[in-house]
Amino acid sequence: MPDWKEPIRQQLASLRLAPAREAEIVEELALHAEDRYRELQSGGTAETEARRLTLAEISSHALLARELAAVERTGAPEPIVLGSGRKAGFLTGLGQDLRYGFRTLRKSPGFAVIAMLALALGIGANTAIFSVVNGVLLRPLAYPDPDRLLKIFESNAELGQYSVSYPNYVDWRRESGSFTDMGAFRSDDFNFTGSGEPEQVHGEYISASLIPVLGVTPFLGRSFLPEEDRQQAPCAVMLSYGFWKDRFAADPNVLGRSLTLNAMRCAVVGVMPADFRFREEARVYLPLEQYASVELHTREAHMGLGVIGRLKPGATVGAAQAEIGSIANRLARQFPATNAGHGAALVRMKEDMVGRIRPTLLLMVGAVGFVLIIACANVANLLLARSTARGREFAIRAALGADRARVVRQLLTESVLLSLGGAAIGLLIARWGTSVVLAAAPGSLPRSGEIGIDPYVLLFTLVVSILTGVLFGLAPAFHSANANPQESLKEGTRGAGGGRHRTEGVFVAVETGLAVILLAGAGLMMQSIWRLWRVDPGFNTSHILTTQFALSPKVMANPSGIQLAFQQVLDRAATIPGVRAAAITSLVPLGDSDSENSFWPGTGPQPPQDRLTSALFYIVTPDYPSVMQIPLRRGRFLNAMDNLDSPPVVVVDEVMAKHVFPGQDPVGRQISLMVVGPVQIVGVVGHVKHWGLDTDDTNKVRDQMYFAVRQVPDKFLSEAVAGLTLALRTSPEPLSLVSAVRAQVAGPTQDQPIYAAQTMEQIISGSLAERRFTMLLLIIFAATALLLAGVGIYGVMSYAVTRRTHELGIRSALGASRTEIVGLVVREGMRLAAIGIAAGLLAAVVLTRFMAGLLYGVRPYDPATLVLVTLLLGGIALLACYIPARRATAVDPVIALRCE
Amino acid sequence: MDHPSIDREWKKGSAELLLLSLLENLPRHGYEIGKLIEHRSQGALRFHIASLYPLLYRLEKRGWIQGRWVEKDGQRRRRYYRLTSQGRKVLATQRQGWQTFVAAISRITGVENA
Repeated sequence: MPDWKEPIRQQLASLRLAPAREAEIVEELALHAEDRYRELQSGGTAETEARRLTLAEISSHALLARELAAVERTGAPEPIVLGSGRKAGFLTGLGQDLRYGFRTLRKSPGFAVIAMLALALGIGANTAIFSVVNGVLLRPLAYPDPDRLLKIFESNAELGQYSVSYPNYVDWRRESGSFTDMGAFRSDDFNFTGSGEPEQVHGEYISASLIPVLGVTPFLGRSFLPEEDRQQAPCAVMLSYGFWKDRFAADPNVLGRSLTLNAMRCAVVGVMPADFRFREEARVYLPLEQYASVELHTREAHMGLGVIGRLKPGATVGAAQAEIGSIANRLARQFPATNAGHGAALVRMKEDMVGRIRPTLLLMVGAVGFVLIIACANVANLLLARSTARGREFAIRAALGADRARVVRQLLTESVLLSLGGAAIGLLIARWGTSVVLAAAPGSLPRSGEIGIDPYVLLFTLVVSILTGVLFGLAPAFHSANANPQESLKEGTRGAGGGRHRTEGVFVAVETGLAVILLAGAGLMMQSIWRLWRVDPGFNTSHILTTQFALSPKVMANPSGIQLAFQQVLDRAATIPGVRAAAITSLVPLGDSDSENSFWPGTGPQPPQDRLTSALFYIVTPDYPSVMQIPLRRGRFLNAMDNLDSPPVVVVDEVMAKHVFPGQDPVGRQISLMVVGPVQIVGVVGHVKHWGLDTDDTNKVRDQMYFAVRQVPDKFLSEAVAGLTLALRTSPEPLSLVSAVRAQVAGPTQDQPIYAAQTMEQIISGSLAERRFTMLLLIIFAATALLLAGVGIYGVMSYAVTRRTHELGIRSALGASRTEIVGLVVREGMRLAAIGIAAGLLAAVVLTRFMAGLLYGVRPYDPATLVLVTLLLGGIALLACYIPARRATAVDPVIALRCE
Repeated sequence: MDHPSIDREWKKGSAELLLLSLLENLPRHGYEIGKLIEHRSQGALRFHIASLYPLLYRLEKRGWIQGRWVEKDGQRRRRYYRLTSQGRKVLATQRQGWQTFVAAISRITGVENA
């Protein structure tokens, strides 16, 4: 058959077309010439004549070149990917790359799906954690100018930061010039009656200045007026949006209606907006001065009052700190008995809310980052394997004139497409994952209501997925672009040189190493939790039911009525079948409540404030040690005879005994308490880990005192009543008794509700919530990492076995045993895994230091954990190598040799 | 192109009209197009390779037709051209313009239009 291409090519030579375009035109015209030639022949023209005529047609005129020049010169459509990319604009090229990439991926759906799923895991985990970080750490608080809002504490060296005394707040507010204003608040529970079932609702006493300081406008009505924030003013109340909807059916005419809180009629003056999240649980707000406590106006009492100030424009935190500090110093000089040694500390409001959770979240960001890198390494390996298979395609392109940059760009477009697909699935995983994460961490996460997928999260996911695509696409792309076309075009070439295998090896080592780090982190957290569960809290935690309760408004009028009501509640609770002991207490260990009282040894006059020592102050009924099973060390516990008619007594714990009376028997000694006065120590009990299984040892207040409810002076009784807890030791599962307890506590008038019933084990579990949350997430991430790393090693080894079929065939033909073949393959894989594990162990020792603050009872470089991690990962690696190795032994030498 | 007008371009443009018309219902390759023009015009019109392909490329560049390499069983791969939706609109306009042109010529020359 005549060669038509060469004469056509000569015609086109002067046009200097892109090589690919020229090849295309030559092919098409040659086809035409061939058709013409055959037609002439079939019409009876002799072969030589037909050839002459056809050649004349395609080459006699300069017309073809001229006409083509007119069309092609102005930039022929760029053939997809094949050309140099210099002529077409960037966007045109991008469009082509995208279309071509899409088609390529569609041609191998299995590969695309697996790669996208791996990426979806990585990107989804990152998106989920970022949406938490975004909502909690990054998003500003939902108030105008939130950076100017500062939380102000009182502080001293002994206690750190603590709540503010109301008179001090009043003085700060009056004297300070750095703030536009300050507001104060205090959480409390209210007995909401007169509307069906009595209900305990959580609320806040707030100063009239608080809502304006925050800069929030009520949804309905107004916030409190200064004259409503007075002791004798008629009670006014503001409602949360949720409470207004639930209990007032979102009545638009609710303003002016009244509700009964703590037996007080309070008129509704406003409803807060739905997104008002200052103290998430609060349902009602009352003016602070309505807090009917003598102690509110006592300078020495720090009644859980929080203070927020708004900096004046131009004022700095430093200057405000200095100013409040100097006011506090002046107050300390003026009122040494109550204020000596008390300073003030300022913290940005957001920092105060989220500062504690920050290290945990940053740890999570690091962990999911590793998961993503592992996913990338896996996908990069898949792409590498594919790039070898596609070697011929790239070689042809290179031969046709595609330059390297263009091929790299095309491949990167493909990998970015993959990661965008992964991101789409990842977003679904993230949505689901975030809700799982939040469910796993109820209450332990501040601002959790603000977590969700918003435009910032979407932007983050987009950026991460594009970066990811480039990251895992880069190595395979350069590998392909650098391939030697001649080598690749030779038929039957096995593999594509050593470069690829080295890269693969690096990826396997990297992902194994990262998996080691994650496993080590998860292992350390698991050990910490396990050790914490085994910490002796100082009492028997099983079979204890705790529940808060409110007394009937009717008994609250006089102290003897309150004391009688307590006794009746205890008596009725004791009659419930399954209740072995019942007590009332002001504090529950390991919960988040605390109450301290200051004391000094002896009965002398009160020393200045900075010489006093604080102790946890439990106000309890006599059966408390029986309920909690706290051991008595010396003397006796409080009993029914300790009442207002007998001398006041106190029981201390062994820590306080050792601290205040080292080497002596404290029983019979006198100490003096603030507010109460001199008391005699009648007994010593075991120490209880009140502050938490982990942090109790390091807390500044470790001394503990027990004081009888019956010895509480009358004037303090009504406020001591608020937030008391009924604690029961039960025979059956504690929660099974809740409804019986509710019925018995409610009393004859049915107006004493119980609320927040939980077992002691639930409380402990709650105290570990943050750690458990960290552990849970690390376990999930580590498991993902383990899975991905295992799959990665398996993939690489499988491919290696396929590649070496020929070699292994020769070996077995020459007499290598099965064991030898398996050993050969496994050794190759395990060498990579071992390098990865070694590097990972080194990195883990360095990186787990950053989580030292989250650990308990275990060092970051805990050898047992590291050994376990090594064994686990080594085992997985071994399995991932062994399966392909087994397959290698199944190779029939004859077939293997024939596949040349 | 919105208004069918009669000028010199239309005479030249008739080549485009021919190609577009032939691709209206079926994708065809270059040689087939050339043969069809020759056959249906009973030899009166013949496209030389040097004018047929540049014209195809030009139409393709304008986005009126689209060429695609297609491999059919037992044959070598060929480049088939099909009409794009834009080409279809152009064809309708050109066809109407052509009819106007022919009608005008007929009225002037007195030849009855068959």
